[in-house]
Amino acid sequence: MNRGDNAFRGVDLDDVVTRAGGWLLLMFLCVSAAGFAADTGFAVHMMICAAAATIAAFYTLRQIGRAPEAVRPDRYYDDVIRWGVIATVFWGIAGFLVGILIASQLSWPIFNLGLEYTSFGRLRPLHTSAVIFAFGGNALIATSFYVVQRTCRARLFAPALARFVFWGYQLFIVLAATGYMMGITEAREYAEPEWYVDIWLTIVWVSYLVVFVGTIVKRSEPHIYVANWFYLGFIITVAMLHLVNNVSVPASWLGSKSYSAFSGVQDALTQWWYGHNAVGFFLTAGFLGMMYYFVPKQAERPIYSYRLSIVHFWSLIFLYIWAGPHHLHYTALPDWAQTLGMVFSVMLWMPSWGGMINGLMTLNGAWDKIRTDPIIRMMVFALAFYGMSTFEGPMMSVKSVNSLSHYTNWTIGHVHSGALGWNGMITFGAIYYMTPRLWARERLYSLRMVNWHFWCATLGIVLYASSMWVAGITQGLMWREYGEDGYLVYSFAEVVAALHPYYVIRTAGGLLYFAGAIFMVWNVWMTIAGKLRDEAPMTTAAFDPAKDRPVVPAALGATPLPLAAE
Amino acid sequence: MAISFLQKHKVIERNVMLLMVFALLVVAIGGLVEIAPLFWIKETVPKVDGVRPYTPLELAGRNIYIREGCSLCHSQMIRPFRDEVERYGHYSLASESMYDHPFLWGSERTGPDLARVGGRYSDEWHRQHLTDPRSVVPESIMPGYAFLADRNLELPHIDRDLTALRDVGVPYSDDDVKKAVADVLTQGDFGDGDKAELAKRYPGAQSRDYDGNPGRLTEMDALIAYLQMLGTQVDFKKAAARETAK
Amino acid sequence: MTYEALRLFADSWGLVLMGVAFVGFVGWAFRPNSSAATHRAATSIFEEDQADG
Repeated sequence: MNRGDNAFRGVDLDDVVTRAGGWLLLMFLCVSAAGFAADTGFAVHMMICAAAATIAAFYTLRQIGRAPEAVRPDRYYDDVIRWGVIATVFWGIAGFLVGILIASQLSWPIFNLGLEYTSFGRLRPLHTSAVIFAFGGNALIATSFYVVQRTCRARLFAPALARFVFWGYQLFIVLAATGYMMGITEAREYAEPEWYVDIWLTIVWVSYLVVFVGTIVKRSEPHIYVANWFYLGFIITVAMLHLVNNVSVPASWLGSKSYSAFSGVQDALTQWWYGHNAVGFFLTAGFLGMMYYFVPKQAERPIYSYRLSIVHFWSLIFLYIWAGPHHLHYTALPDWAQTLGMVFSVMLWMPSWGGMINGLMTLNGAWDKIRTDPIIRMMVFALAFYGMSTFEGPMMSVKSVNSLSHYTNWTIGHVHSGALGWNGMITFGAIYYMTPRLWARERLYSLRMVNWHFWCATLGIVLYASSMWVAGITQGLMWREYGEDGYLVYSFAEVVAALHPYYVIRTAGGLLYFAGAIFMVWNVWMTIAGKLRDEAPMTTAAFDPAKDRPVVPAALGATPLPLAAE
Repeated sequence: MAISFLQKHKVIERNVMLLMVFALLVVAIGGLVEIAPLFWIKETVPKVDGVRPYTPLELAGRNIYIREGCSLCHSQMIRPFRDEVERYGHYSLASESMYDHPFLWGSERTGPDLARVGGRYSDEWHRQHLTDPRSVVPESIMPGYAFLADRNLELPHIDRDLTALRDVGVPYSDDDVKKAVADVLTQGDFGDGDKAELAKRYPGAQSRDYDGNPGRLTEMDALIAYLQMLGTQVDFKKAAARETAK
Repeated sequence: MTYEALRLFADSWGLVLMGVAFVGFVGWAFRPNSSAATHRAATSIFEEDQADG
């Protein structure tokens, strides 16, 4: 790097000092808020924010005296995606570990460790948020930035804002996670963070939308590829859900506690409208965006039916939004709303299977790839589980089935067959696809290791889902069992005792799934390090780094910069 | 005409703003049509006698219940099935959670439903059970909450909580807000507040030392006060008499 | 606006409107002469492989 007047000419000193000053001011405000905080939790959070602002100021100031970031319109902006891949793997491991811990707590209560911070009630939201929002969210942000650039043949819009999205989202995760352990929660499932964390997430999310849409706007490709529709649908719907569901009034502007604007029935319906669509748009639409890009790319053939994918998109967002009330069957929610929820949930089965068939049939004529390409096998397995859990879901939303399954572990089994099978596997597939490309490696460190990951994960899911199905049905039947004398046969405690073996099997399943993920960490780590495992070769999709570039508008000059082996 | 209509749709595929607007319309309208009616429900669901806002001590207990994530394992919503009604009591009414910000119906029964746990067990039982669950229910897999008994209830800001709740529609009077801190002490049998006056503003509020430790007002006091009032507000015996008379 | 009126709207005209819009979108996807366009869209993600970089 040649230092000298050239470097100083590039970085605008005034600009850097102004931005660093802004961060320092924010730091000062956070420290003051911590000082006047109404409760300890809020004070701790403000100190975390202050630390984050200090780090931001430090990195801003560090730009002084350095060469400015080279603007290279002929290359995709992949820094933030590389960080995202690492963050996805990291949070995945963290989330799975907490999952194993809370599964152990239900098997052996001693694992609550006798500490308030590690008791089940505080760690359960830590687990759900870590896997959904930290693991899944980072995967969605990273893959959406990857896909939108490649499908639009355009460099990411506003890279600095994209970096803010990434780090701002990590701060959101840290605030949410530490908050749960301190008992800061709104008690709304999958929307537990308190009001100030919600506001922060809103800022980050709007920036995310701007970067994503900005990239689509400057695209070189006239058609907007369908994967982007799903990503876009996911981003705007999650924004809407987040804003409405989190309307609340803080007890103090310097305290962590707030009260929901809605109460009772209204609150329940709002929450499950959010909760179900968090599944529908965060865990389904967003991940379908992933599917519609990475499956065709890995299979090296276009999606089976592009028309079907359009129908899939519109019917999915039409129907999903109505399905929330099936979480409230036979409750105090008015009957007509329950019935509407049920009918739409059953109809939802059709687009879901349309999507699954579309993904699977993409392999039509190349089915041998399932045997030879472990990454494709992972993706196909993800689609199979997408199909399975989207069949199970509508079934469970039928009121008579729900009367048995609701409140039981069947729900937990259902959620995990979707989360571990569909979301987990498609994410792993995408990570294996992206990692060698992002770090410009010839191939993954080891394709055989992907295979080991696949089998550990699959076996883990089988143990997990089957034990929870049996546990759920056992619970449901034991609760409602009457003896010949006309009295209930089992006390609640007897049912709890009967579940112990299933809880243990579930923990074992979780451990296996985790073991698979460890293979992924090793594989990704070694790939980034540039190592290639000496092994019998397996096939995978071809990759030519020289062609992985945006279309450069003629005005910007036709001389491509040399490719650096980053 | 039909052709030009179809060609216009091609525009959506190529215009990101249009795509966004359409997608947003679809999801927003779907949600609105379904959810909006519920916000007019107050007109059709009559207020049931006996349902009142939480006393400040019960509210503090409820906030501890939320903090510890109790609602993740314990539902508070009894469905109208014979087995549930026999196991837990009368099925839950919409009006019983009309002052619940947020609602705590829950989604799992890793532990039993608590919608009508109030008055079922003694304070002593709750104390023992919360401190060491397996000492009273050997099969239990609930974590212990012994620390609640060792921690003083922090209450200097409870009036702010009442004000916030009033902002979202809970009918606390100025008097209630002003006396909030005193009410906590009175209901926890701490000091010599006027218990009868408290019971006049909050009908059915029980004032006593809940945690068996008269010298201190602890988080255990608040949580047990909350548990002991759950599901006790509506007098179903009166309602049952009226139903049979019909 | 009353609860009854809104509730009636939700399971009658509201539903019909959503249904019609939905059928419109599906019809559009299967409109005649769209196959060339969709084929181009579906293969657009492979275009980099044919371009000269």
